[in-house]
Amino acid sequence: MDLTWLSPLVYLAWLLGAVAFVLGLVRMNSPATARNGNLVSAGGMAIAIGATAVLLLFEPEAAATEASEAVDGFNAAGWLVVIAGIALGGGLGLYTARTVKMTAMPQLVSLFNAVGGGAAALIAIDDYLKFAGANVVPGLTVNVATVLDIVIGSITFTGSLIASGKLMGLSITPSRPVLIPGGRLVTAGLAAIAVIGALYLWTGNVSLPVMGVILLAALVFGVTMTLPIGGADMPVVISLLNSFTGTAVAMAGFVLGNPVLIIAGALVGASGAILTKLMADAMNRSVLNIMVGGFGGGEGSVGEAAGPGGSVRELGMDDAAIQLAYASSVIVVPGYGLAVAQAQHAVRELAELLESRGVDVKYAIHPVAGRMPGHMNVLLAEANVPYPQLKEMEDINPEFERADVALVIGANDVTNPAARRPGSPVSGMPILDVDHAKNIIVMKRSMGRGYAGIDNELYLNSKTGMLFADAKQGLADLIAAVKAL
Amino acid sequence: MSELDAFLSNFTIFVLAILCGFAVISKVPATLHTPLMSGANSIHGIVLVGAMFIAIAANDPISYLLSFIAVAFATMNVVGGYVVTDRMLQMFRRKPTAPKPDQTEG
Repeated sequence: MDLTWLSPLVYLAWLLGAVAFVLGLVRMNSPATARNGNLVSAGGMAIAIGATAVLLLFEPEAAATEASEAVDGFNAAGWLVVIAGIALGGGLGLYTARTVKMTAMPQLVSLFNAVGGGAAALIAIDDYLKFAGANVVPGLTVNVATVLDIVIGSITFTGSLIASGKLMGLSITPSRPVLIPGGRLVTAGLAAIAVIGALYLWTGNVSLPVMGVILLAALVFGVTMTLPIGGADMPVVISLLNSFTGTAVAMAGFVLGNPVLIIAGALVGASGAILTKLMADAMNRSVLNIMVGGFGGGEGSVGEAAGPGGSVRELGMDDAAIQLAYASSVIVVPGYGLAVAQAQHAVRELAELLESRGVDVKYAIHPVAGRMPGHMNVLLAEANVPYPQLKEMEDINPEFERADVALVIGANDVTNPAARRPGSPVSGMPILDVDHAKNIIVMKRSMGRGYAGIDNELYLNSKTGMLFADAKQGLADLIAAVKAL
Repeated sequence: MSELDAFLSNFTIFVLAILCGFAVISKVPATLHTPLMSGANSIHGIVLVGAMFIAIAANDPISYLLSFIAVAFATMNVVGGYVVTDRMLQMFRRKPTAPKPDQTEG
């Protein structure tokens, strides 16, 4: 079939899709237009995929690459594969995305990232198998892009699976840093193997076993890179791997000579890199620092300084309720403990109850509260907390001095005043100035340590009262106590 | 078009798209970082286009198997990514409406 106008038209449809991705991201700048932006982006995706289907249906020859034999005619088995794959993947994606609990959302995003990276790697593997089968050395562009796609895509695949497993708290992938003796050496060795293999292939050799070794090294590298990193740093890792996937997809675009893959992949590669840096900045750590070492490695000496117990003051529910109900301004500091206990609805209920008594309630959101930047905002928004009440760290910190009560629920390291002076694992991390409030109520299950593995000096502050309770149950009791006043 | 010409034109697209990504993302407020990460995550599901290409070009069992997995993976990335992002974003409303049933407890 000779349809010379078809492929330019499809090219323009791909361009339209790419434009929609960019416009969609622009609209995600503001909460008011963000949802619409996501729909614009999804619309662009539908156009790009629909156009691809039309192209492959009427002009299957377009699917031929440098590596493959000429494609002629309708490939019924190929279409069966496409339809079955879309049905399976779409069904799984739809089901998991619809049913996931919002607290478990970061690990699902990581899982979607893993399969995206896996798909990109598979494209290059398939392409390379054809070259190796014909014993042909690919042209330099395709050669470089194929190796990079396989390496980056494979690292992303296993790395994201491990990250997802860590966030789920699976026993084979504990959230604490897993330090294997000599692990760094293994990781460095794997990297060296991949680099040597890549140089061998790029200098005009074609070898399936060498590619196999590179693939294996990259897959294991993804595991050894992610395992030693603590759960608290997972957001940064997921964001970095998201950026990797984008890059792998762009490489797949070079392998297949497809512009829309290059544009979308590069967009995500750049956005992921920026996000990663923003997250690392929020923790006042460099990305390199996070990738190299497990958080809390140096806990030993600092952790012992102020033994737990000491001068901790325990508070009763009724006392806490009185403090809150008769305050004129309360700042709620939600942390990961609140998310784990699924207490976001209870905290909104308490806030509304206090507001009905004329108390001014705000929420102080640390940039890395929850498990990903902005995660806490999502959880609270889900509980119908109006977002103007959610204050970011720089905006809320000056207000703690004027607050009558700071109510800390399940947050730990981000409130630790030890971060202000050197010599502690959290030193230099920006914190919420909770200790400036006139009274502090900390709701926490135990004196247990946070991810940094150190004791929180805030708990020893004379203004601090501790409410030892699970966030959800504790809030329910607190609500009942306020109502009883 | 020679291989070099094709590479140069693709590489130009690549570099400009990276700059575009930097420019667009750096303006997003922290509140939206999680939905943004998820949204960007769904965009790289465009790899489905590539997966469809290798499926149609497939002519041996291994290629069919690899492209089947690639198509399924990529579609999961696209569909799941957009749906979960939409779920997150639908929660950003200026004023709470009627309390909705609690989906997170069960």
